[in-house]
Amino acid sequence: MAIGFEQILIQTVNGIVNGMILALVASGLTLIFGIMDVVNFAHGDLVMLGGFVGAVTIASTGNFWLALLVAAVVIAVFGAVLQATTLRPLIGRDPLQTILATFGISLVLQKYAIWQWGPSARRIQEPLSGNFAFFYLQYPWYRILTALLATAIIGALYLFLRYGKYGIWIRATTQDRVMAQAMGIPVPLVHTAVFAIGAGMAAASGVLFGPLGGVTQNIGLDFTLRAFIVVVVGGMGNLGGSILASIFISLLEAYAALIVSPAQAVIVSFVALILTLLFRPTGLFVPTPK
Amino acid sequence: MLALDNVHTYYGKSHILHGVSIEVQPGEVVGLLGRNGVGKSTTLKTVMGVVRPSEGGVVFEGRQIGGMAPHHLAHLGIAWVPEDRRIFRLLTVMENLRTGLERPGVTEAKRKELLDKVYVSFPVLAERRAQAGGTLSGGEQQMLAIARAMMLEPKIILLDEPTEGLMPRMVGQISQIIRTLHEEGVAILLVEQNVPLTLEASSRVYIMEKGVVRHHAPAADLRANHAIIHQYLGI
Amino acid sequence: MRRSVTSYWVGFAIILALLAIAPLLLPEFWRRFVTEILIWGLLAMSSDILIGYTGMVSFGHSVFFGLGMYCAAAALLTTKPPNLWIAVLYGLAGALAVSLFVAYFATRLRDIYFSITTLVFSQIFYVVIFTWTDVTGGENGLAFSQPPLSIPGIWSGRFTGETLHWFVLAVVTVSFLILRRVTQSPFGMVLQAIRENEPRARAIGYPVERYKIVAVMLSGLFAGLAGVLYAVQNKFAAPDFVFFIVSGEVVIFNVMGGVGTLVGPVVGAAFFLLLREGLSRYFTEYYLIPVGIIFTAMVIFMPQGLLGFARRRLNQ
Repeated sequence: MAIGFEQILIQTVNGIVNGMILALVASGLTLIFGIMDVVNFAHGDLVMLGGFVGAVTIASTGNFWLALLVAAVVIAVFGAVLQATTLRPLIGRDPLQTILATFGISLVLQKYAIWQWGPSARRIQEPLSGNFAFFYLQYPWYRILTALLATAIIGALYLFLRYGKYGIWIRATTQDRVMAQAMGIPVPLVHTAVFAIGAGMAAASGVLFGPLGGVTQNIGLDFTLRAFIVVVVGGMGNLGGSILASIFISLLEAYAALIVSPAQAVIVSFVALILTLLFRPTGLFVPTPK
Repeated sequence: MLALDNVHTYYGKSHILHGVSIEVQPGEVVGLLGRNGVGKSTTLKTVMGVVRPSEGGVVFEGRQIGGMAPHHLAHLGIAWVPEDRRIFRLLTVMENLRTGLERPGVTEAKRKELLDKVYVSFPVLAERRAQAGGTLSGGEQQMLAIARAMMLEPKIILLDEPTEGLMPRMVGQISQIIRTLHEEGVAILLVEQNVPLTLEASSRVYIMEKGVVRHHAPAADLRANHAIIHQYLGI
Repeated sequence: MRRSVTSYWVGFAIILALLAIAPLLLPEFWRRFVTEILIWGLLAMSSDILIGYTGMVSFGHSVFFGLGMYCAAAALLTTKPPNLWIAVLYGLAGALAVSLFVAYFATRLRDIYFSITTLVFSQIFYVVIFTWTDVTGGENGLAFSQPPLSIPGIWSGRFTGETLHWFVLAVVTVSFLILRRVTQSPFGMVLQAIRENEPRARAIGYPVERYKIVAVMLSGLFAGLAGVLYAVQNKFAAPDFVFFIVSGEVVIFNVMGGVGTLVGPVVGAAFFLLLREGLSRYFTEYYLIPVGIIFTAMVIFMPQGLLGFARRRLNQ
């Protein structure tokens, strides 16, 4: 069974598109981990919730862009409340407890989604239909738009961190939480804000992913797992690394899907994770520490 | 202005401070001497809210601050220059300074004014303002740490071993900086291993041993009589 | 000191007796329920060796459990006549093999990386079982008939509800006693030292890697045993039991009951299953929402678990 060049090309673009969506999720996760050492087990479920909120918004307004905005804001606020109530008390305790707490939250969110919106998948209509003609190939416009949007959001995050007024607060807190507090930076607030940003980005991914894969309750675990893998392969706390790793992992999976079924293609990313942990545990895209 | 009253602090199960009482008046430079590990740094950390006292009170300008979070204390006017400087290595010199400038009530004009003042006092920081903090030398980092604390416009600075690991020439500079701060009316609680510098800069000195204050005297007395220094510090 | 030891064993004997007469007193549904609690309790105990005693959080216990289950199924489907002990053997062998594999990673990875990796294994395993339909029956799993209980020389005959319960009770009790012995032995003490402060344990000179490997193998073995018991009780093996959720539930049992106590996780399992039973009457399939909330609240407010909480109360 020969694999045509077109298929490889299409899978490459697919890999990049999926990679950017994943990068949106993973950068939130790695940001949260970098600043508060919290491994947010429920991160994928925030993606899922964002997708549902987006789907509901589209169903009532018909506007994709509004849905994207509403989902991001609603889930960001939700994330802030969640962090302030359940995760703040756990700061300074055994990190295991945070994993467990976010795991518990993940269960609740998943079941809540089923209860609230029913077990069937929601569809999100893409805002741009039609295909983009690339030589003799057709490629959906929407997918390209998704990749661009995701890149734009991540780019905005980067600029905010680098040059924004509060970007300094976030970067200082990430590097040395205690010293940042000693400089008058309200660290607990920064933590909540960063969690909210991560949640908002996750929600946005959920909406962007909607037209591609549908919105169901199970995508939560899927995204969480993939995001974890990306964050580890890219280097925990390393923003640039997680973006590169997202694309890398997604490309691997896309190519693997040419040979095995999509369900099995997932194993490729798992293998990548394991190999990274064994040979370059600080991350594939991180310079080896001296 | 600042008073610790019978403060006990633990690190986990280790009982580090066994009832420390120290006072600093407005504008005073007070020295805190003692061997390694007697709890000098822990005393400063307790004041700054980095560790909580389990017993005893810390009062600043009439207000109980024991257990308050560090960022509130920074806004009240207490600045901390820790033992290992703790420069934000990945932030530039200017960004390091700016961490202290985004406080409520600070206008853009004020920020500029404070920054300019610091650049004049520390020309080397002005030179390196766009460089990452981690690329500075030890002495430069120390200056940055002090300059950063000054951005808080503090009423008191908690200085922890500023001359540690510095070349003699730099020690002189630190001495000068302390003098300038004193002239501007900033109080300083100075923890040091360098006895001569401490005796010269401070008006009063506390000597600690095993988590308690063992001796307390005006610096002048100790300058005249070295026996006590010998007894507690073995120098 | 002596008094608390005797009271411990007295309490133990009382509970054992209660569990033994349970099948005679309870209606069928509840009898099965208690038997299931015991099996999950065994699984939780095995996990406690890693979480509570060695300080390694495993989100992958479903792998050992599932492997025990499927290997037992394999034995029961291939050997004629189906033999209980061969099923046990197969199950333990399978679990042991996988635990060696996992043990390797346990020594190379620490903390959160280990936990994530065990989670990943759990999912890989699930995917493999789910898609390898020829061998594992895929989505539908494998169904087989229950082997007879045959103790050579003493007894031979089909299982009844009661005898199955007693068999499970016996296995779980013996496992508990073995594990208890292990945790109180010098070996167990070293494990706890590793949990408290690994660098220091290493500095003292303990070959930490070797201890971790044995801990993982021990944990995997008993988890696999639980899987075998489950297969025998329910007469089927399904991929659902390999899904990560099972691992997650095991961790919940541990935390709710109190890690590092061996008994705690069993209590946690009972508590969770009872909660599930009770709440699903009112909340139907959404019982996990209140249970999840209770669990999260317990992590925040009662991190020592039910047992730890009770212990503190008793000491006051």
